[in-house]
Amino acid sequence: MNNTVDMIMIFLVLTNLALLGLSRLGACIRVAAVQGIVLGMLPLALNRGDIPLHLGLYSAVLIGLKGIVFPWVLLRLLKELKTRREIEPFVGYGTSITLGMAAFVSCIWLGHRLPLPEAGMSALIVPAAFFTIVTGLFLTVSRKKALTQAIGYLVLENGISAFGAAVVETQPLLIELGILLDAFMAVFVMGIAIFHINREFDHIDADKLSSLRT
Amino acid sequence: MVILLKILNLAVTLTAAPLLLGIIIRVKAWFAGRTGQPLLQPYYDIWKLLRKGTVYSVSTSWVFRAGPLVSLAVTLTAALLLPMGGLPAVFAFDGDFLVFVYLLGLLRFFMIVSALDTGSSFEGMGSSREAAFSALCEPALLIGLAAVAKITGHASLTPMAASLQPALWTAAGPAFVLVGFALVIVFLSENCRIPVDDPTTHLELTMIHEAMVLDHGGLDLGMLQYAAALKMWLLGLVLVGVVVPIHSGFLCLDTAAALLCMGLLAVVTGIVESSMARIRLLRIPPLLIGAAALSVLALVLVYR
Repeated sequence: MNNTVDMIMIFLVLTNLALLGLSRLGACIRVAAVQGIVLGMLPLALNRGDIPLHLGLYSAVLIGLKGIVFPWVLLRLLKELKTRREIEPFVGYGTSITLGMAAFVSCIWLGHRLPLPEAGMSALIVPAAFFTIVTGLFLTVSRKKALTQAIGYLVLENGISAFGAAVVETQPLLIELGILLDAFMAVFVMGIAIFHINREFDHIDADKLSSLRT
Repeated sequence: MVILLKILNLAVTLTAAPLLLGIIIRVKAWFAGRTGQPLLQPYYDIWKLLRKGTVYSVSTSWVFRAGPLVSLAVTLTAALLLPMGGLPAVFAFDGDFLVFVYLLGLLRFFMIVSALDTGSSFEGMGSSREAAFSALCEPALLIGLAAVAKITGHASLTPMAASLQPALWTAAGPAFVLVGFALVIVFLSENCRIPVDDPTTHLELTMIHEAMVLDHGGLDLGMLQYAAALKMWLLGLVLVGVVVPIHSGFLCLDTAAALLCMGLLAVVTGIVESSMARIRLLRIPPLLIGAAALSVLALVLVYR
């Protein structure tokens, strides 16, 4: 049981590293989708014994939204755009991966300082969830394209929900679903915004928006 | 008896190394719909080169002549440290995996220095690429082996390989999978196989290893090619040793399994080469850093 959770967490870390090293937007979206699907299985893997209905429902909604709906919206958006890849990010890919490894090591240190309320949980949950949050933040600040920043936001949300999944049994389902709904709205709003930015300016480089002031 | 087994290990390594290359070339030919060259062609090539004389440019010094000799000597020394299946290594002492990794480092150093000695800008380019990429491969290999050493609790390659039982493998499964992936990338990159370097072309854009040996000829080239084949065999042995822990206790069975896996590795390499394009030069460092990252991750998981 614990081994499955460990595997999921390692997979989470690997997808994060892949996101840090990939330049193609389409590949980034797909990796984020796979991350979402794996994350959706986490509540089921964490649960011991038989699976209650609300947990199964939550998992299904999670997988459906993060694995199918979000990527579908973003991939559809990508079709409209001329951009296919991140050309020159603020931080290069090699540096990103190296920084990511450093971040993961410090997340492990942090995980030792933050023991989970329930004993017997996989020790990897806190580091991996924190690392996912840090990766999401890093992607939003270090990449130029608005689409990659949206993916960064999604990854950030994935990290928070991985963190939440560790304590999901003590948390009302309603709150989790509310957060998911917020993320759902956010992706749609970002999708529409990126579409309009692209139509107005012929590109989605977020750093060029500062030139609007002059 | 043990002495005999050690000698057998060395003998198999020395004789079978070029065969790996033969299998890869045959698989590639089969994928392309050709019959391909004979399986033993690399042996004929090396034999042909060893019988030829050498020509030295007047602008080169003793460094250029020392390059192939040192390369071959260093690879042969590295071959003494690796166990194969049930056969023990000729020498085994604590920390020999460090010696193994840095013997390969010495090999690269002499290849690079002897290529630079010619003063050709073309070889300088190849050396520069080789130096950049192998500097990234080295941590992946070293840290990966260090993770395996930590899991098994042995700092020497022979007991390390012997204690890699399937039970241990499943217990530390994630770490082994990560190290396995890192070692595959190191194997392909260090042996100039396709995602990193294309061994069959002589185009400036794609050459790394081939560019460095352009000015060597005859006996020297033969030695370099044999050293390269040995290096591929050795790195393959490391990979097979980590990924396929078959230790039934029967000597013949273990060794046969290891040799079979080496053959499979060659076939897989051939398939990878036939089905993948070479990636752009600028995209290679992230791939190799990724391999190093996998190794670091495995080590962190083990130490956690």
